[in-house]
Amino acid sequence: MKYLLIMQVNPEILDALSDDERKLVMDGHGEFMKTVQDSGEFILTQALGDPANSAVVTGTGGTPAVTDGPFLEAKEHMGGFYLIDCESKERAIEIAKMIPDTRIKGLSIEIRPVMFSCGADL
Amino acid sequence: MSAEIEDLLRSLAPQVLGTLVSRHGQFEACEDAVQEALFAASVQWPEEGVPSRPAGWLVTVAGRRLTDYWRSEAARRERELTVSMEPPLSPPPDDDPSRHVDDTLRLLFLCCHPKLSAPSQVALTLRAVGGLTTAQIAHAFLVPEATMAQRISRAKQTIRGAGFPDGPERLPAVLQVLYLIFNEGYTATSGPDLQRVELATEAIRLARQVRRLLPDDAEVAGLLALMLLTDARGAARSADGVLVPLAEQDRGLWNRAQIEEGVALVAGVLPKGPVGPYLLQATIAAIHDEAPSTEKTDWAEVLILYKILDRTAPNPMVTLNRAIATAMVHGPAEGLALLATLDGDKRIAGHYRLEAVRAHLLDLAGAYDQAREHYLRAARLTLSLPEREYLLRKASR
Repeated sequence: MKYLLIMQVNPEILDALSDDERKLVMDGHGEFMKTVQDSGEFILTQALGDPANSAVVTGTGGTPAVTDGPFLEAKEHMGGFYLIDCESKERAIEIAKMIPDTRIKGLSIEIRPVMFSCGADL
Repeated sequence: MSAEIEDLLRSLAPQVLGTLVSRHGQFEACEDAVQEALFAASVQWPEEGVPSRPAGWLVTVAGRRLTDYWRSEAARRERELTVSMEPPLSPPPDDDPSRHVDDTLRLLFLCCHPKLSAPSQVALTLRAVGGLTTAQIAHAFLVPEATMAQRISRAKQTIRGAGFPDGPERLPAVLQVLYLIFNEGYTATSGPDLQRVELATEAIRLARQVRRLLPDDAEVAGLLALMLLTDARGAARSADGVLVPLAEQDRGLWNRAQIEEGVALVAGVLPKGPVGPYLLQATIAAIHDEAPSTEKTDWAEVLILYKILDRTAPNPMVTLNRAIATAMVHGPAEGLALLATLDGDKRIAGHYRLEAVRAHLLDLAGAYDQAREHYLRAARLTLSLPEREYLLRKASR
């Protein structure tokens, strides 16, 4: 069963971290990746640029409208994700708890099941 | 390589691996050696013909690879530790068929070792017993080959030194793994791909193999029959990417040969004694498959069987099915009352099937507004695209 572990990021919280805390998170991601790679549950990860770099194409009923900047001015946004393949939702939750973000107050991981897959290496 | 040779190699693979592991232990090294022997055969046999004793040929070649491997390992250690290690020599291949039966069975038990997670048991079984390549397994499960290769390698490490089990108490785990493989093939949605190994077909192939090994086991027969009778409806189960429920399926599209085989299996085993959950489910499937329509289905019999199943192997999914049968026999109100007993059951709370069945029974009862609400809720919860499309269409009617 495939799950997308979505890292919900709050820039205010990230900005308030000390250099040591940020290093701890970065190193933690390396360790985390090694753990899920070793277990044969890891598929893919991507970290996303800040939404300040986004462009949004919106359907208007006619020619789509293009705007610069984030989709929504929200407190939180998707900072990146891990795609994993594991036994059950319970196991996906267990894996998400290993992501270092979950040790920082206010950051969270959303766990969403995958419904359809297609890809060059699948 | 011809399809015949490929089939032959795949059917011999578990027997050969089982023989080697029972002689030498060391699952990992034996598995590599067997893969090499299979490869050698796939190159040589089409050219030179199939040897008169193909299993013996493979055991000999794989045994030789194993000896080579141990020699080079020993040489390496000697260089490192200056300690010599004499490689064990393979005894001559024996062709005692009962020995092969035991070896293959024990190999299956090993692949379904309780120390392994379900996905690892599945992957190892398909590879070591099913004779599929890692790439084929990865492709079938829609994960990259690197992920599957690592999963298999980790699984082999986990069972290293676990010993070769023989207890029949492992059989339920094996049947569970085969059932998982079958269901994965039945539910996974992906882009169209003719090259993809059909997991449902693989599961049936493996179940046939286990049945040959354990011809007297009623649950093995039951599982094989359940798979055949379910898979027989495959062609009628969806149209243009939309699920077609049992009641609306074109029964002319059902696979008659598979139904006959499944029904014969059930009929052959049923009178013999205690009836387990797989055989019960197969019996229910047989009633559906033999009925000319939903109206002419013997729902009273189906209901009795679900009651037995719910008593002997209680499970909210069984209660759901029992609710449908109850509605067909005693009317939707009674079915809905039975469904209400599942409210608050954590094992099924939030599962789309609960909402879908409730919607269906409300629909039957003529409570269309409520039915629509539950169809929509079920559509939001399901993880199957054809199912979602079906539920949305029901909701918009």
